[in-house]
Amino acid sequence: MLSQSAEIDRVFHALGDPTRRAIMEKLSEGPISVSRLAKPLSITLAAVVQHLQVLEKSGLVHTEKAGRVRTCRMEPKGLSVAEQWIGDRRSLWERRFDRLGDLLAEPDEN
Amino acid sequence: MIGPSVTHSTFVIERNYPATPQRVFGAFSDPIKKRRWFAEGEGLAIKEFEMDFRVGGLERSSFRLENGMICTNNTIYQDILPDRRIVFAYTMSINGNRISSSQATTEFLPATNGTNLIFTEQAAFFEGADGPQIRKEGWRQILNQLEKEIVRQVENANA
Repeated sequence: MLSQSAEIDRVFHALGDPTRRAIMEKLSEGPISVSRLAKPLSITLAAVVQHLQVLEKSGLVHTEKAGRVRTCRMEPKGLSVAEQWIGDRRSLWERRFDRLGDLLAEPDEN
Repeated sequence: MIGPSVTHSTFVIERNYPATPQRVFGAFSDPIKKRRWFAEGEGLAIKEFEMDFRVGGLERSSFRLENGMICTNNTIYQDILPDRRIVFAYTMSINGNRISSSQATTEFLPATNGTNLIFTEQAAFFEGADGPQIRKEGWRQILNQLEKEIVRQVENANA
C-alpha cells in the first residue's frame, strides 16, 4: 500500500493534466466505454488509454473489459461528491458564523 | 454509480464571541438579525426567508445559486432553551431534490470573555438524490478547486 503522501502526489499528478481533468468531468456523468470517451476529446484512442492508466494508478478511475469493450468509471473511493458536500456545508456555516461575529461587533442597539 | 445512498457525517464548529449569550442568542431568534448573517452576504439572490422561532415553528429560505439552480432549506425548531440552546432539523434541497437531512444543535456557553458557541451538525447526505446534473456540478467544483490547489503548490515550489 502506498503511503498517504505518495497517494496524494499521484492524485495531484493525475489531475494536473487538462485532458485527464476533462476525462474525469466526462466520467462524472456516468460510466462510459473508452472509445466513446475518446471521441469528444479529439485525441487518439491510444492517448486516452494512456491517460486512463495514469488515472487508474492514482485510484481515481476503474476500468474493466467485457468482451471487446473496455468501460471506465469513476472510482468513488478516490474523491466522493458527498465528501465535497460535507466540506462545503462546514465552510458555509463557518462563513455564516464569521458574519455573525461582524454583526455582534456592531454597537448593541438595545 | 453503485454505492451507499446515504453518507453520514457529524461536524462541530466552535467560536468565541465577545458578547453576552443573550446577545448571541438574540442574533438567532430575531428574524431581521438572523437574515443578515444567515442568508445575506453569500452574494446569492435570496428568493425567500421566513422564520417562526418557536418549538415546532418552521423556517424556510431559498437562494438562486450562481449556476441558476435553486437551493432551499426547510427547518423545524426542535428545542429552544433561551440564551442556552437551539436545536433544529433541516433539509437542504437543490431544484426540489433533497440532498441532505440534518439535526443541528447550537449551544451558547457563557465564558469569561463573552460566549462560546458550539455548533454540531449531524447530517445524512443523500448521494442517490443528487441527480447527474448536480453530481456533475459537484465534480466541476472539485476539479476547479484541485486546479487552484495545484497552481498554488506549483507557485510555492517555484517561489
